[in-house]
Amino acid sequence: MKVIEALRIAMRALAANKLRSVLTMLGIIIGVGAVIALMSIGRGVEKYVTDQFAGLGSNLLFVAPGQISDGPPSLRPNTVKALTLADMEAIADPSRVPHAASVAADFQTRVSVTRAGKTVDVQASATTPEYPLVRNWNTTAGSYFSTLDSDERQRVVLLGADTYQELFPNNEYPVDQIVQINEMNFRVIGVMESKGGGPGGNLDKSVFLPLTTGQDRLFKQKTPNGEYKVSVIYVSIDQSENIPLAQEEITQLMRERRGINYLDQDDFSIVSQNDLIAVFGDILGALTIFLGAIAAISLLVGGIGIMNIMLVSVTERTREIGLRKAVGAKRADVLVQFLIEAMALAAAGGFLGVALGWSLALLVSTAFGDFEAVVGADAIFTSLIVATAVGLFFGIFPAFRASRLNPIDALRYE
Amino acid sequence: MEQNGSSPVISLRGIKKFYQMGDVEVRALRGVDVDIYPGEMLAIMGPSGSGKSTLMNIIGCLDVPSEGVYELDGKDVSRLKDDQLAAIRNHKIGFVFQSFNLLPRTTAVANVELPLIYGGVSGRQRRQRAEDSLRLVGLGERLDHKPNELSGGQQQRVAIARALVNTPSMILADEPTGNLDSKTSIEIMELFQRLNQERGITIVFVTHNPETADYCHRVVRVRDGMVESDISRRATAGIYATGGEPPSAPPSEPQEVQP
Repeated sequence: MKVIEALRIAMRALAANKLRSVLTMLGIIIGVGAVIALMSIGRGVEKYVTDQFAGLGSNLLFVAPGQISDGPPSLRPNTVKALTLADMEAIADPSRVPHAASVAADFQTRVSVTRAGKTVDVQASATTPEYPLVRNWNTTAGSYFSTLDSDERQRVVLLGADTYQELFPNNEYPVDQIVQINEMNFRVIGVMESKGGGPGGNLDKSVFLPLTTGQDRLFKQKTPNGEYKVSVIYVSIDQSENIPLAQEEITQLMRERRGINYLDQDDFSIVSQNDLIAVFGDILGALTIFLGAIAAISLLVGGIGIMNIMLVSVTERTREIGLRKAVGAKRADVLVQFLIEAMALAAAGGFLGVALGWSLALLVSTAFGDFEAVVGADAIFTSLIVATAVGLFFGIFPAFRASRLNPIDALRYE
Repeated sequence: MEQNGSSPVISLRGIKKFYQMGDVEVRALRGVDVDIYPGEMLAIMGPSGSGKSTLMNIIGCLDVPSEGVYELDGKDVSRLKDDQLAAIRNHKIGFVFQSFNLLPRTTAVANVELPLIYGGVSGRQRRQRAEDSLRLVGLGERLDHKPNELSGGQQQRVAIARALVNTPSMILADEPTGNLDSKTSIEIMELFQRLNQERGITIVFVTHNPETADYCHRVVRVRDGMVESDISRRATAGIYATGGEPPSAPPSEPQEVQP
């Protein structure tokens, strides 16, 4: 019997029990739908984050106190020995780290900024003047503070793009306007380009001021022996192939400065952009395995549902099978008929699942707007193939049972 | 063995059938010898438990005998495998059942096409042959009706058309009027008779209904797994019962066959 004939019979049988067919497909629909939706969203997020990392500035190393395993810098215990401005100056010494093109220090804390009765809570980055150079970041208005401003501990501030929007809702020219930071007057000298969110928070919702001003006038967070404490030191390396070497040099330098004995663990960490991307990749990888597990479980459940309903169908249609055999259907004919029916059921479920997952992915990417969900043809193709294979696998037992029915008993079945 | 100058369609020699039911061996058939010739219309009768159904299953190639030889159209079919039997059923036997056994939600013409599908006949030719077959049983106007849109008699006609469509060597009808009222039963039996007389189609009825047997030229009675009697006579009912000599009937003197 031709496959097309079997397909026609299968379609008629499925159409005869529409509700039951759809309910049976539900497991496959949900499984495939979830996988398509989450895979597309995952890919969208991955693309978005990779773009963000690319915007961080090229060939950048981050030096932070403590180990990455201690958690984010702001949550690390006080027992971790802080980095200081002197550490930054040591790294900036070309005789110690020849490949460091430029170095900047950053102390981060929360502040409240007020203008014209409106107050916003934002992150303050108290930095050294080289900060925009290291981060490869320009201003849209005014300019970053100078070494002179820093040395004189001037009360000057630059606003992130979002902070500017909030404090200057009418888009007034901000330079030389006065804002209050923690109730102290500061003169606005510029606005930073919009950079968007990224690892370590949305920098557009920040303000930037000299490290000296911040530590001496605002936060008063110096080390016990009077040094300027910093949260992170950025080191921009001249060539990407020198990054591992520079990482080694900085590690050696920091160990010396912090008096770490041979064989003792570092109490600071140096992370490259590639390390961050790799960590993110690990997270995505774990997520993908997790998704795969969900998919496998729902496809298993869906497959068992199909097997169950096919067994019911075989029992219900015992007389039909008997008749088909009486008029000349061979075992293989009956086997193929029920296999195709199970596969058609599963494939239809897979198809509906792809439609569901695609709609979900579109919905999510429209709702959040920041990223675009990417529905790949390979994901669709794989889902359909896998769904059909599940139908085939779980259809084998019922179809085999149908093909082995004795026509005499089958015809007599009530 | 020759009769009317032709060899038998069906030749049963020493057919025995045993079943194992638990520890007990049931001897359903204990040695049956029957020959059925082309153009015959005969009834196999017997009370329930007589082995009549077992005999029908063997004649219909739904089952094989434990012992003995069954030749259908001169070919020994008594030792064939399932799929070989399916092919024989497809080409040589047309079944008519008491409960019609039509596929629901399927048009008359598609029901009739069913044997042709398994016989590998191409689509257009299939439709043509199914339509011809339905016209032959007087349902040319109801090709695309589904079983639930047809009366019982019409459904049985569709089943007969299905049995005819592969031009089988014989039609095997199991209580074909069992689910029909008496008026419709007469119509169906007269249709069988017409097909037998005008087209020379060999028809074997399996029945315990004497009225069905009245249309037949020959009655084989089965009891306790053996042939009790095998009587040829003139049909006493139907369109030819009161007319002249039927064209191809093989009348011979009533004869008793020793069990």
